[in-house]
Amino acid sequence: MKAMVYRGPYRVRVEEKARPRIEHPNDAIVRVTRAAICGSDLHLYHGMMPDTRVGHTFGHEFVGIVDEVGPSVQELTVGDKVMVPFNVFCGSCYFCTRGLYSNCHNVNPNATAVGGIYGYSHTAGGYDGGQAEYVRVPFADVGPSLVPDWLDDEDAVLMTDALATGYFGAQLGDIRELDTVVVLGAGPVGLFAAKSAWLMGAGRVIVIDHLDDRLEKARTFAHAETYNFVEHRDIVVLLKRITDHLGADVVIDAVGAEADGNLLMHVTSAKLKLQGGSPVALNWAIDGVRKGGTVSVVGAYGPLFSAVKFGDALNKGLTINMNQTPAKRQWPRLLEHVRAGHLKPNDVVTHRFPLEEIGEAYHAFSAKLDGIIKPIIVVDGAA
Amino acid sequence: MSDHQVEGVPEYTYTPDKAPPAETSEQLRARIPGWGVDLDPADRPQVPRERRDLDLPGVRWRFPERQPELQPRERSIEHGTLPPVYGTAQPLHGLSGTIRRLAYRRYSEARAAHWLLLMAADRVEARGAVLRSLATLRPDDPVTETGIVAELEHHGWRSRIGRGRADAGHHALDPLVVGGSWALGGAATFVVLRRAARARRR
Repeated sequence: MKAMVYRGPYRVRVEEKARPRIEHPNDAIVRVTRAAICGSDLHLYHGMMPDTRVGHTFGHEFVGIVDEVGPSVQELTVGDKVMVPFNVFCGSCYFCTRGLYSNCHNVNPNATAVGGIYGYSHTAGGYDGGQAEYVRVPFADVGPSLVPDWLDDEDAVLMTDALATGYFGAQLGDIRELDTVVVLGAGPVGLFAAKSAWLMGAGRVIVIDHLDDRLEKARTFAHAETYNFVEHRDIVVLLKRITDHLGADVVIDAVGAEADGNLLMHVTSAKLKLQGGSPVALNWAIDGVRKGGTVSVVGAYGPLFSAVKFGDALNKGLTINMNQTPAKRQWPRLLEHVRAGHLKPNDVVTHRFPLEEIGEAYHAFSAKLDGIIKPIIVVDGAA
Repeated sequence: MSDHQVEGVPEYTYTPDKAPPAETSEQLRARIPGWGVDLDPADRPQVPRERRDLDLPGVRWRFPERQPELQPRERSIEHGTLPPVYGTAQPLHGLSGTIRRLAYRRYSEARAAHWLLLMAADRVEARGAVLRSLATLRPDDPVTETGIVAELEHHGWRSRIGRGRADAGHHALDPLVVGGSWALGGAATFVVLRRAARARRR
């Protein structure tokens, strides 16, 4: 089969690989029809995530058709069209039975701090991902769900992570009626977080980024007030000024490990790999939120340490909520929102690439060319 | 200035109340599709954070059947046992495998040495893969693999110049990340070979 493979930092290509096989009785093999590149895939692409092996296939956002099932699978049959949450999870461990699917303890030998994630290095369990013609899906009776007939394929792909994570990020903000919510980052997750903040009753939603195309999208798609941090000498002072010098009630970090805004922090993390991630956005969140406020972190960071300003967080009495998203837990309510028209996920899709052009797709997304916000990978021979 | 305001003190910063919202809930509900439909925390799937009442009908086990361990699988020493299900992609091999094995066997996830060894193994493996590919019918091709042609097809210049982007400056470092170590390695090899050749001539 054809699959995207990692060859080293900033280098990927399509190779012929062996089709995955059933390795556990509750496995399924899914023939991928649509996948996406996530902003967090760029951390792998840039060589920031430890134990990213040559030959690894990325891709934790994908939908497809069930091609084969293991002997104990009862919930799926060959031919079913499924969306697969980015988390691999068992459903039965201490964490899964409490709804913490992203923290499953039974699927990742390589790290106890991380659950299982498709195509996200061996630090996340060593599962090849969905930017390929076929993918192994463990716990087929637990993770995947049938794609409803009325749901667009690209909307379904976005349900598997970006939309679920944006919605989750807004929930982690514990938003109350008429709260002022700041979203750092106008990528897909930030846009969905901003949109979701309104659903939770925000009184004001402010989005910060440095890319004008994305800020325009934040205004039109997410009805947000926007600021370009490059145009302001100190974005924290701006945030204070526009919130009566108190700070926002909630700040959502939807940027993560490769935040710009401080060259030293960016270079030491993204280029030299001396930090688990650039803490610029997280520090802006800590300093920009009001005392007693809430910081929600859904941007992805690596496992190594980062220079985070915990002193300010302590002194301000902040609540910092964070996790990888238990995507499937969001789906019932999210499907209601999509069906009601409150959320239209594929409005953020700007580019579509065939799998064969995976090198160009990663480069364009990494360098943010052409106003790219969300690239979809169309797999050859897709139904 | 309102009756209770003290001269020189902003009305809402150092006083008990926040400024009234620019828009009321009714105005926002009329303007924003779906405004407030999840206002009640009971409608939010993450509330409360830990729930025992979530429905996963496909779970029919207390502990999942174990995946056969066809070859020894590295694991964090913070795990008490090998978890029952895991990825089998790209098993350990060669020098990078030795380094990774050391990282997993000796150091917990709490130790920087664990992660730094894994990062070092990643670099060793990537360079070895390039060298090994030279002996195959499909050597690594930096042009297609870096996707650099996207600069032409997707308006690399126009996407950056005059856009005030914070990241445009450090994009210039990317070629160094990709090729810098090769250039240094090549230069070092050249120096060593030249010295060897001179010593032989003497």
